[in-house]
Amino acid sequence: MLGADAMAKCLVKEQVRVIFGYPGVAICPFFNSMLSVDIKRVLVRTEQNAAHMASGYSRISGEVGVCVATSGPGATNLITGIATAYADSIPLVCITGQVDSRQLGSDVFQEADITGAVESFVKYSYLVKNVEDIPRIFREAFHIASTGRKGPVLIDVPIDIQNATISKFSYPEEVNLRTYKPTVKGHVVQIKKVIKAINKAKKPIICVGGGVHLSDARKELQEFAHKYSIPVVSTLMGLSVMSTDDPLFFGMVGNNGKACANKAMNESDLIIMIGARVADRAISQPDLTMDNTVLVHIDVDPAEIGKNVGPHIPLVGDIKNILIDMKKYDAECDCSDWIDILNDYKKSEPVRKKPDGNYVDPAEFIGILSDKLKEDAIYVADVGQNQMWSCGYHKVKKGRFLTSGGMGTMGYSIPAAIGARAADKNRQIIATCGDGSFQMSFMELATMQQHDLPVKIIIFHNGYLGLVREYQYNTYKANYSVVDLSGSPDFGKISEAYNIPFFRLENMERANEIIDEFLEIKDPALMEIMIDPKDTVK
Amino acid sequence: MHRKVFQLLVDNQSGVLSRISGLFSRRGYNIESITAGVTSDPSFTRITIVTNGDEAILDQIEKQVGKLIDVKEVRELEPDSSVYRELILIKIRATDNQRQAIVSVSDIFRAKIIDVDMDSMIIELTGNQNKIEAFLDLLADYEILEIARTGIAGLKRGTAGITVHK
Repeated sequence: MLGADAMAKCLVKEQVRVIFGYPGVAICPFFNSMLSVDIKRVLVRTEQNAAHMASGYSRISGEVGVCVATSGPGATNLITGIATAYADSIPLVCITGQVDSRQLGSDVFQEADITGAVESFVKYSYLVKNVEDIPRIFREAFHIASTGRKGPVLIDVPIDIQNATISKFSYPEEVNLRTYKPTVKGHVVQIKKVIKAINKAKKPIICVGGGVHLSDARKELQEFAHKYSIPVVSTLMGLSVMSTDDPLFFGMVGNNGKACANKAMNESDLIIMIGARVADRAISQPDLTMDNTVLVHIDVDPAEIGKNVGPHIPLVGDIKNILIDMKKYDAECDCSDWIDILNDYKKSEPVRKKPDGNYVDPAEFIGILSDKLKEDAIYVADVGQNQMWSCGYHKVKKGRFLTSGGMGTMGYSIPAAIGARAADKNRQIIATCGDGSFQMSFMELATMQQHDLPVKIIIFHNGYLGLVREYQYNTYKANYSVVDLSGSPDFGKISEAYNIPFFRLENMERANEIIDEFLEIKDPALMEIMIDPKDTVK
Repeated sequence: MHRKVFQLLVDNQSGVLSRISGLFSRRGYNIESITAGVTSDPSFTRITIVTNGDEAILDQIEKQVGKLIDVKEVRELEPDSSVYRELILIKIRATDNQRQAIVSVSDIFRAKIIDVDMDSMIIELTGNQNKIEAFLDLLADYEILEIARTGIAGLKRGTAGITVHK
């Protein structure tokens, strides 16, 4: 058995169902060995999107996403995708081919020090130097990626190692990493302190982050909030933990969030952060929120606790475990007055100014669209104005909302939606993007067609890099610099070229029927909605 | 600004030191000194890092370093309950009539003269940083040609330190 066969066999042992990749000479032995195992192989059109697809796949399946690239430029092209996954703690195993290990360090053709280059974007990385190590390294990589605070792990395999003969393949049952033992169970003393704080609080608020999804604790979180009737707000990554119409949900916090959510955070006397980083976009001045407020911070990563704001009650562990443990305790918490106040805030939420009637109103459009979507639809927003409008107006029922939060990587939504499709054949999947981000990723329409991973895509077309234009309007007195997307192709023709049904919505007049048609038609489909370039998020 | 000495127990394999120093540089933490050496169990390396920053940064340093997969344990070596030692080599210009005075000062500090040349000598001194600084102060009147310092190594007093066992 060759090292490459062993690599393929490891993926079988890990029950990997699909890999996203792009071959090159240095990873060819592996791709050859993949012919003899029953794992779907998806050829992407550029490596960055292999990592995004693996990310979308992981977020919907709950499994570790796997992407593969060759040495040198193949590997370096992966980096943005890896960094995107790292910023949002998405578990990936990224496999790269490498030049012959005896030539390492001599700058031969397509050699890149990829383990060195990704060091700050991975949870861990391996350079395989001995073929016998392959089973152990793969087992460890999947373990590290999917436990504790999740994240990408890279395995770099020189071609001679892939071609070397492995004397005995035995896949380790258990991982025994003497230096890596993440805390999973919350400390009971700390849990009791939280319960006590809930007892005392008059205006408690729960702020959920992406960690709740990563711990698969959505149900437990909803039960927790309802048990004590504590209102909930969310970070960008925590969206879709609560359904939008849940009476306890008060929207997204942060500078692009709802005023009522931010007021809730500022006026609260007990903030319970769960799986959230307290990052700059969510809480602009962490210190200000701390006057007279007790802060509880629950996270699996001890380093997140106290990084941006010092909590009064830190609680480290897996969120799902902690919420299950907390359920055992009772607390008296009558927040009905507080919820009334928040409902008043919600009602007085500033109403968005109606844009020019010759264009589509993105807020109204998203509202109508999400009413028509199936209960469990997956909605993937890209980065930019389409993302901010989606956060504000998409109504989540039981579905998922995905986006690139921490890194804010443009071009994420289409590949991530395709990856999500690989995880779930049946659910409705919608990707939104701007005309800028579409042009960063539309090469993957071919991947979607080739591998039968169809999704529906909506382009918010305003001819500009809208969010940057908005920033230049506000910050540089409307002196626009390098944000005009003139020269973009006719997206209808692009759609036709890829043999994808196309819809264009010029204004709101026929919005209802066109959205219906768009949703009823069999996947895939592409819709372009025309947005006023002057339209803004705020 | 506080100064702290951290002791780390890490897997003895290639790349560990670069992962640690990479973490310090990308997060903007300071390293005053770093020393590394194998422990009684050759599969582990003990690293002593002297760093500084405000309380919040020092707290983050401890947590972020502890998060690295290869790091088994990280612990502060508090001055009161630990011993620190550093080794310094000082090459000093020494003419015939200076030589005896330098030897006398060295004797007081229990420093060793490990090399003597026609017009220079090399002194070796081991001690905590106060002692070394005091010695260097006394040599200020002489012409120091070169200095090599190891950075400090430290251990906790008593049996409560971090060991490779259990």
